[in-house]
Amino acid sequence: MSVDTATVAKIASLARLKVSEAELEAMVPELNGILAWVEQLGEVDVTGVEPMTAVIPNTLRLREDVINADPLTGGDRRDAVLANAPAAQHGFFGVPKVIE
Amino acid sequence: MPNSSNSITDLGVAAIRDGVAAGQFSAVEVAEAFNANVAAAQDALNAFIVATPEKAIEAAKAVDAARSAGQALGPMAGVPIGMKDLFATEGVQTTAASHMLEGFVPQYESTVSRKLWEAGAGMLGKLNLDQFAMGSSNESSYFGNVISPWQRPGSNAQLTPGGSSGGSSAAIAARLAPAATGTDTGGSIRQPAAYTGTVGIKPTYGRCSRWGVVAYASSLDQAGSMARDVTDCAIMLEAMAGFDPKDSTSLDLAVPAWTASLSGDLRGKKVGIPREYRVDGMPAEVDAIWEQGIAWAKDAGAEVVEVSLPHTKYALAAYYIIAPAEASSNLARYDGVRYGLRDLPDGAGLQDMYAATRAAGFGDEVKRRILIGTYVLSAGFYDAYYTQAQKVRTLISQDFAKAFEQVDVLLTPTAPSAAFALGENVDDPLSMYLNDVFTVPASLAGLPAMSVPAGLDAQGLPLGLQIIGRPLDEQGVLNAGLAIEARAGFTAKPEKWW
Repeated sequence: MSVDTATVAKIASLARLKVSEAELEAMVPELNGILAWVEQLGEVDVTGVEPMTAVIPNTLRLREDVINADPLTGGDRRDAVLANAPAAQHGFFGVPKVIE
Repeated sequence: MPNSSNSITDLGVAAIRDGVAAGQFSAVEVAEAFNANVAAAQDALNAFIVATPEKAIEAAKAVDAARSAGQALGPMAGVPIGMKDLFATEGVQTTAASHMLEGFVPQYESTVSRKLWEAGAGMLGKLNLDQFAMGSSNESSYFGNVISPWQRPGSNAQLTPGGSSGGSSAAIAARLAPAATGTDTGGSIRQPAAYTGTVGIKPTYGRCSRWGVVAYASSLDQAGSMARDVTDCAIMLEAMAGFDPKDSTSLDLAVPAWTASLSGDLRGKKVGIPREYRVDGMPAEVDAIWEQGIAWAKDAGAEVVEVSLPHTKYALAAYYIIAPAEASSNLARYDGVRYGLRDLPDGAGLQDMYAATRAAGFGDEVKRRILIGTYVLSAGFYDAYYTQAQKVRTLISQDFAKAFEQVDVLLTPTAPSAAFALGENVDDPLSMYLNDVFTVPASLAGLPAMSVPAGLDAQGLPLGLQIIGRPLDEQGVLNAGLAIEARAGFTAKPEKWW
């Protein structure tokens, strides 16, 4: 499978990456080179093989159902959560107007 | 005993810790000596993104005070280390070497770094790396290339320290730090160690907590230790590892006493040589050092057995689907809203802000991997690419399991060549990816693996040997590493030019 300029533009849009026309032109052959190379996986017989989900068998844990079990990741940390926000206002994350 | 600052910086983790404990020198003297080396080398090597000499001194003072008070000292007490700038450090900028996170100051400490500080280590600074740990040469950092302290004789061409933990490997080789943290997704600890004549171990997936480590490909990312000898790596890894309820893939297992159980006696052990690792076009010197390693393993008492890992040739292609897929998902969090860069063009709405922010914040290789990842996960292609790659990953893992029915560890070269010059592979992503050909399979299977320096090539550059072990058998890996290290007698160090 190979991609053309329109496909790369669509992927970039899905990935929320703004790309210029010139960047698109440069990316098409690069991505096609990589995709052509990974095509080789198609020749592997995977009949009856399950896709890998965990390299080391492990069970998913649930934490205790208590409030603030870990103070660091529990509540009441608003200022720390907002400390690195590009635009924090009134205790919230500020974003451009979404609704006209 | 060493008493000048020059000789202190030639000491490793165990020697510094024991020297501080015995009162041969103070922890502050050690920190000052390394701080001076860090500052003197910064312009030439660019190994650090941020130096934190005050943090190193502060930790050292605490160790000296504890010693004066007769308190018990930790296993890393008095040892200043470099911290790869992928670990969140409270109050100290953490960037993943990306413009996206420039100025980001974590409000919390990663589990691995916290454990190291609790063990008595101090921080010399945050080490440079490939942007978001994506790269094999340290040429994708927003903060500039790291330059290897190694050079070819008679040449001042700048060489790569490897990647992505290239700041770590360069700092250790240049005596800017006795040890450093690394992270390994497809070889990012082992390949830089091999290129710089240093030692690095990636433990079994799940041994070290990923909490507070900037995520690249979560099913592969694993932290590990880098230093100048096997024992130092074992000491540091023991301090880093352990169960962490904050990481859902953390293994709820006690950390074995790897250091106390170190033994280079391989009698009764079987060392496997995977025949598929003899790839076309491998330099004769790499093959020769591998043969030398086989002889060393035999000399240590091991029986050497050829084994087969039939799906090896597909590992890289599977990796370059799985890792970008996970990266495209993980890096969706950088949206210009909660932290990091925001680029808000005039009149832009929310979607435009996302796209502009991500275009401005990510480097080329990061964008490339996000696009590949988005493509292979997109509707209509998911099964053909991603599911197929995860099935091949199962086969690769099964190959290892079968091999480990016959042998205890595997011995291979770490990388297909010695360090290359900066700029040599930068225009060809595919040839760059091929650097990881020997390291990626163990990553896909989550296995412990390490690189140990084995010798120099004809140009005087280090070559490494890789040891891969069974799941959870870091001890077997470290022991085989120790046996190789004892016989390689690698003492070469880069001639100081910086």
